[in-house]
Amino acid sequence: MTWLVDGLSGLALLCGAFFVIVGGAGLLRMPDFYTRMHAAGVTDTLGAGLILLGLMLQGGWTLITVKLLLILIFLWLTSPTASHALVRAALSDPQNPPPLLHEDIHSVPSPSSSTHLSEGERIEQAK
Amino acid sequence: MLRILGLWSFYAGLWLVLSGYFDIPLLLVFGALSCVLAVFIAWRVERADPEDHPLHLKVGPQIILYWPWLLWQIVLANLDVAKRILDPQLPVSPTLITLKPTQRSEMGQVIYANSITLTPGTITTSLSDGILEVHALTREAADSLLEGDMDRRVAALERSNA
Repeated sequence: MTWLVDGLSGLALLCGAFFVIVGGAGLLRMPDFYTRMHAAGVTDTLGAGLILLGLMLQGGWTLITVKLLLILIFLWLTSPTASHALVRAALSDPQNPPPLLHEDIHSVPSPSSSTHLSEGERIEQAK
Repeated sequence: MLRILGLWSFYAGLWLVLSGYFDIPLLLVFGALSCVLAVFIAWRVERADPEDHPLHLKVGPQIILYWPWLLWQIVLANLDVAKRILDPQLPVSPTLITLKPTQRSEMGQVIYANSITLTPGTITTSLSDGILEVHALTREAADSLLEGDMDRRVAALERSNA
C-alpha cells in the first residue's frame, strides 16, 4: 500500500512541477502582459494544486495534510483576487499599452510581437 | 449572539488546526482568549464595514456539487493553455468580451467572476453594475463563456437558496 501512495504522490509532484515549468515558459513566450497573466494562471492553479496534492499524500491522515488543504483553499481564494487586481491596475492606467487583441496579431505582425516569438523559439531550442 | 458564537467556533477550529496543540491546558486557554479578541476586533470592524462573515455564505448546499465541476473545468482549461504554450506556433487569439451575468445577488456575481478568473485562459477585468468584462486568451475560451454554461450553474446555486 505504501508503494502505491508513494507512486501516486511522486506522480502528482512530477506533474505539478511540469505545469509550473510550462507556466514559466508561457510567461516568457506570451506576447503581452495580459496574455502572460493567463500563463501564470497555469502555475498557481494546477501546478500548485498538484504539488500540494503530492505533499498531502506524503503527509497521510495527519494535521500536516489539513494544513496543506488550508493552504490550497487560501491559495485558490486569493489568487483570482490578485490576478483581478493586477489586470484592473494595468487597464486603469491610460499610459499602459492596450491589450493585444486577436485582430492585431493576425492582420499585421507587429515588430514587438515578432521579437517575443523569436525569443520563445530560442528558449524552445535551448531546451 | 449566535453569529458571535459561530464566528468564535470558526476561529477556535482554525486555531486548533494551525497550532496542533490539543493537550496543553495553558496554551488552549490562551488560544481561546485570542479567539475572543479576534471576534471582538471583527465585531468592531463590522460596524465600519458591514460584510458577512465566512459562515454566512448566501449559497445553498449545491455548492458541494459545483466545486468538483469547477475543478474539472480548471483541469481542462489548464491542459488547453499548457498545450498552446508548448505549441511552437503559439496559437493564441486574445479577445475582450463583455458578459451580462444572470445572478441576482452580489455574492453570486462575485462567485461567477472569481470562477472565471480562477480558470486559466480567462480573467475578469471588471465587474460593475452587473456587467462583467473578461479578457480571454483564445477565441474558443471566450466563446465557451458566451455560451453561458458556467453562468447558469452559478445562478442555480443562488436560486436554490432564495
